Amino acid sequence: MTAAIECLHAHKSFREPADREDRANRRGGRGFAALRVLDLVAPRKVRVDAVKDVSFQVKKGEIFGILGPNGSGKSTLIRLIATLLTPDSGTVTVFGQDVVSDRLAVRRCINRVSVEAAFFKRLSALENLEYAARLYGLDAREGKRRAEDILERLGFLHKKMTVPLENLSRGMQQKVAIARALMTAPVALLLDEPTTGLDPVSKREVQDFVLEVRETHDTTVILTTHDMQEAERLCDRIAVIHGGEFVAMDTPESLKASFADERGRVPTLEEVFFRLTGSNVDDWMREQGE
Amino acid sequence: MSKVRGESLVDKVKSSYALVQRNYNLVRRDAGWELVFIVYEVVNVLTIGFIGVNGPKETMNERVLYLVAGALLWGFLSALFHEVAESVAWERWEGTIEYSFMAPQPRGVYMFGVCMWGILYGFVRTAICLAAVTLAFQISLAGANLWAALLTLAASSLAFLGMGLAAAVLPLISPEKGSPATHIFQAVVLLVSGVYYDVSVLPAWVRPLSYVSPATYTLRAARAALLEGAGVRALAPDLIILLALGVVLIPMGFAVFSAGERYAMRTGKLKRNG
Ligand SMILES: Nc1ncnc2c1ncn2[C@@H]1O[C@H](COP(=O)(O)OP(=O)(O)O)[C@@H](O)[C@H]1O
Ligand SMILES: [Mg+2]
Repeated sequence: MTAAIECLHAHKSFREPADREDRANRRGGRGFAALRVLDLVAPRKVRVDAVKDVSFQVKKGEIFGILGPNGSGKSTLIRLIATLLTPDSGTVTVFGQDVVSDRLAVRRCINRVSVEAAFFKRLSALENLEYAARLYGLDAREGKRRAEDILERLGFLHKKMTVPLENLSRGMQQKVAIARALMTAPVALLLDEPTTGLDPVSKREVQDFVLEVRETHDTTVILTTHDMQEAERLCDRIAVIHGGEFVAMDTPESLKASFADERGRVPTLEEVFFRLTGSNVDDWMREQGE
Repeated sequence: MSKVRGESLVDKVKSSYALVQRNYNLVRRDAGWELVFIVYEVVNVLTIGFIGVNGPKETMNERVLYLVAGALLWGFLSALFHEVAESVAWERWEGTIEYSFMAPQPRGVYMFGVCMWGILYGFVRTAICLAAVTLAFQISLAGANLWAALLTLAASSLAFLGMGLAAAVLPLISPEKGSPATHIFQAVVLLVSGVYYDVSVLPAWVRPLSYVSPATYTLRAARAALLEGAGVRALAPDLIILLALGVVLIPMGFAVFSAGERYAMRTGKLKRNG
């Protein structure tokens, strides 16, 4: 059987203006105008490898977690699968269809939820969803019905559906984003930090819903997060990404077991994460008492 | 083989209606602002019309018509250009562009919807201005050939949509500089196309630009139809130029846009946060 989603030696790099932080600090300051002129004359760019030689396969109906700190390349990887970025090298396929050469076919079977709810904020939830439904070629009424069902299922109050989204909380907006993605009945769902910034209750609701969708529709899910509990709760397998590279990939249990010490103590996923990503590795070592 | 939903041409046109409806909803939501813009536009057209009231009585009708035709035509064509060119800038600003572009539709569906909206929006705005003009000035259209004028407008719409499509690429490849660039382009077209004056008054070094601007031919032909009652036959040279420009500019604008989109997907210009 072919994999639902497959990534083979995927690589993506960007060209970035050099010393971005430095420049950002001076923004608004007096040096800014002079710097702009300098940029025009000699724009210095450096290469940023956002995704480096990443390979993995996701089975149909699997929830595959990508765990990584900020800037580790999670969103870039999601965008490569979502046909929003073209890989520099390597191949990415969704149900056997290549994200570059069969772009439309891939788009037909995926949808994506990103960390920031991107909407026409002046429009209401229903207006935004109707737009998406029509664009996807769904019957407008059918799309609206599906969207309303999903919103209700997520505990979204009916009277809030016609309020401009700019007046709703982030948690509410994220639920609309999830409704937008699921309305099109994707066979593969890309969730890029879907619960980041949500309150604990909304977070729970979203997580429960992800599990439910997989249960009822056999949807294949790729989920990025930096929330260990979420990863453990939802994912069948977890890949840890660091600096654009996969540094580990296994089931949560095996991942933890592989880091057990000589006395057989199994660390928490958090400890494994710190160890793999090098963040706080010293603290971690000290805690282990070497 | 079973047919995938949304595959026929009719389905595609239906899908493109998403853009029209969305923009209509946006306009409706900010109806207050829209009213302000329209009032401003109406006042602008009237102000220009009043310039023509000055001077000898016998030729007043001609002068007012000359100016008002310029203001109305420019209002329509620039609305057309602006709505298409700014569609991408707007989506970038809202952050929705990845979602709109990820829909399983050829880009042509999206662009067709944007163009349809541009035509509709430009038409309604211009009609409101026209109504105000006819109330304010007793212009006689006795000798005018209205059909020829409308045909001119339709022919030049294609060229302006094509330019809008090409300009829409700018915010795609340069998020900061793209939108200002489309405004500068629009301003240059206004300057060189003889919207309120004959292009012969332009300095010699600017004149060549007037030859490549489709608006030059639109205004010349529409004025000939409105002021002298020129028919389609008399206007044929200008109409053919306009149609030819449209036939060249629409596919070219679309190709430029598609190339820009590929570039954006390669370099990560579409969006980077979230
Ligand atoms: N469109 C882009 N243009 C330039 N650099 C980018 C772009 N997207 C991401 N990057 C860079 O690539 C790296 C990985 O970013 P990203 O994939 O967003 O990480 P994450 O989602 O894990 O926080 C970062 O250094 C980021 O600055
Ligand atoms: Mg991210």
